[in-house]
Amino acid sequence: MRASRDRAGTALSLGFVTTFLTVLVVLPIAALVWESTKAGSQGFWDAVSSPESVAALKLTIGTAVAVSLLNAVLGTITAWVLVRDEFRGKSLVNAIIDLPFALPTIVAGLTLLALYGPRSPIGVDVAFTRTAIVLAMMFVTLPFVVRTVQPVLQELDPEAEEAARSLGASGLTSFRRVIFPNIFPGVLSGMALALAKAIGEFGALVIITGNLPFKTEVSSVYIFGRIESGDTAAAASVAVVLLALSFVLLLSIGVIRHFATRHDRA
Amino acid sequence: MSRLGLRLLALAYLATILVAPLVIVFWRTFEDVGAAWDALSAPDTIHAFKLTLLITAIAVPVNTVFGIVCALAIVRRRFPGKGLLNAFIDLPLALSPVVVGLSLFLLYGREGWFGVWLGRHNIQFLFALPAMIVATIFVSLPFVAREVIPTLREVGDEQEQASRTLGAGGWQTFWRITLPSIRWAVIYGVILTTARSLGEYGAVAVVSGRIQGQTETATLRVEEQYEQFNLPGAYAISIVLALMAIVVLVAMTTIRPKETA
Repeated sequence: MRASRDRAGTALSLGFVTTFLTVLVVLPIAALVWESTKAGSQGFWDAVSSPESVAALKLTIGTAVAVSLLNAVLGTITAWVLVRDEFRGKSLVNAIIDLPFALPTIVAGLTLLALYGPRSPIGVDVAFTRTAIVLAMMFVTLPFVVRTVQPVLQELDPEAEEAARSLGASGLTSFRRVIFPNIFPGVLSGMALALAKAIGEFGALVIITGNLPFKTEVSSVYIFGRIESGDTAAAASVAVVLLALSFVLLLSIGVIRHFATRHDRA
Repeated sequence: MSRLGLRLLALAYLATILVAPLVIVFWRTFEDVGAAWDALSAPDTIHAFKLTLLITAIAVPVNTVFGIVCALAIVRRRFPGKGLLNAFIDLPLALSPVVVGLSLFLLYGREGWFGVWLGRHNIQFLFALPAMIVATIFVSLPFVAREVIPTLREVGDEQEQASRTLGAGGWQTFWRITLPSIRWAVIYGVILTTARSLGEYGAVAVVSGRIQGQTETATLRVEEQYEQFNLPGAYAISIVLALMAIVVLVAMTTIRPKETA
């Protein structure tokens, strides 16, 4: 009796979850893939390999990779400072890290323009350049590595580091031999998340990049432009490339998590 | 020495990327309070904020219910394809908002699979509130489930089983045992969902049609003001959105310690 009610419960909740996801996520994505194949594989390839699309994809992926590497270094340092260092106002600094999660991306773009744009009070004007893209991507991805590395460092016994230091290891050696192997999976999954976010970013880039084709136009902005001009087939084709990249990154995060927790499960 | 150096490096990093730009926007807004007030009190701006709040008020409860049911299914039930579902709910986090918007645009557009039916029944879905709500639900989908799943795993199911053995029904067990034990995770997820819904731009930009005073949300209004060369207006609306984000941030920081305790 209870077993059958349990099975009914499983069926009910699964039915709800599956229907919800199908209507909301699966069907729209299927419609996207469908649209991209409408003109056949040749049409898809032509759309993706058009010079403007290739320039946008190269710029997007190249900048996003650079930003996620920057994120790995600066994020790890920030996480280390937040865990191992003591100074006044540390909890405030810790809270500020999450700001990019909470702040609307369009506001992020506008704030960067206010400081690093034409009316910059410090005389640094990088608006409508590739530097602006780097800044905007760094802003929106800032929390990822910090927040994946911080909990690992917190669990890591500081005595291991101190022991390495007292045995004569330099700061860099103790980092490389003691800290790094432990935080490496966290850094990797943080980087993958940052990469996914940076590749797909739109709101923060719209204002500050000026969207100049072949110069500062990233793929999401290119897709938006194609939609505006009614060329949804081309928009869908490039969108499918971004979709595939998202899938690959999600999959790698899954694999990293699998290996990182294998000791816990054994 | 090196400790101090690293501290300064980390603080400089946060200052250049996060704090300084925000400070400048606040400063610029208060340089010209009159213009800021004009922009904020314009009927279209007020409408935009109301619309943003309305969309959030619908998207957040929907995603909360979905997130809890989904987390319970993933942690407590056995079924084939569980790993796939677990990976799949993260997709909205990794997907470009423009791609999300385009997908919905194609499904609900005039020639889309749903669009044809909607058109025949004269239902305005795309470039109207329904599509904007669906887009917002899509982008903020995983947050509640992501927070609740680890908590559910951690608390285990002994208490739930005990409650069942003592004769409590499924509903009773959920309300009396399960929900209280995951409530901080749910609240944290709700906060993240709210922040994402209030700030959504890309997906809504594609499906809303951006009609001033009708389908323009607060974030779309910021961009529109910027396009109109009304920088003080764009700053003023941004500041209100930033203040909302700071409220969210404060809520996040107050709740986080409870979650780890």
